[in-house]
Amino acid sequence: MDTLVAQLQRQFRDYTISLYHQLFWYVKGFLDDQFTELKKLQDECSPDFVAEVVSLFFEDCEKLIGNMARALDQTGNVDFSLVGSSVHQLKGSSSSVGAKRVKGLCVTFKECCDSQNFEGCVRCLQQVDIEYKSLKAKLQDLFNLEQQIVQAGGRIPQVDI
Amino acid sequence: MATKSMGDIEKIKKKLNVLIVDDDPLNLIIHEKIIKAIGGISQTANNGEEAVLIHRDGGSSFDLILMDKEMPERDGVSTTKKLREMEVKSMIVGVTSLADNEEERRAFMEAGLNHCLAKPLTKDKIIPLINQLMDA
Repeated sequence: MDTLVAQLQRQFRDYTISLYHQLFWYVKGFLDDQFTELKKLQDECSPDFVAEVVSLFFEDCEKLIGNMARALDQTGNVDFSLVGSSVHQLKGSSSSVGAKRVKGLCVTFKECCDSQNFEGCVRCLQQVDIEYKSLKAKLQDLFNLEQQIVQAGGRIPQVDI
Repeated sequence: MATKSMGDIEKIKKKLNVLIVDDDPLNLIIHEKIIKAIGGISQTANNGEEAVLIHRDGGSSFDLILMDKEMPERDGVSTTKKLREMEVKSMIVGVTSLADNEEERRAFMEAGLNHCLAKPLTKDKIIPLINQLMDA
């Protein structure tokens, strides 16, 4: 059982580090320091705080991406300020949870909105959709690992990034 | 605030009372948690108009108001001006996006803020302002 806990804890450490650090110079990490700040706020009174916050974030993503898709679907009559407003909100949310790649994409997306670049906006929307879903899957894996560690009788290790 | 010990939040004898004004539910949850983590209690308002009503109806008194800038109904600039007209003496800290330019930040400060912080908020950003309140 101890060996299992140690293995899971090692896996958890490696996985957490991989979410923050870029593997190659052109690949950004998924998370930044703000995620670490959220983890620091989690305590015994609110053991699921981070999971609850990211869950809200992903709900936000779905809603805002839906809004953007509908706005961009108005062929020939796209309200770029409406799209830009949703992008601004998504940038704020992603910044609040430390979703580094999503936030970065929102910067480019906002520039496309401001210059009324339709093709650019469509491309950015596709990328944002892919990125938030990818982050959602990775964080789910991370939370599953945490659960496995606790169920095996171990403690979640502190990971210094 | 009873203590003058710099950076020692645990010595707060009176609970820090904070009003968090933000239309983003995600920010409200995070900011509430930050305030709780540093030993305070908080109330929330979903927009500036609610913040004004809280002060008008309840005669509420807060040590600190965290004021988001972009909100529906009444934005942060207008809310801050209104609260100062109502002679609200609380420390009001504006919370701005990095996308806001210098002119926008200056207008927010001139509305009556004591300080302005950039999102995302963290404990480390808030604690120096709490110390100021404690030393006042």
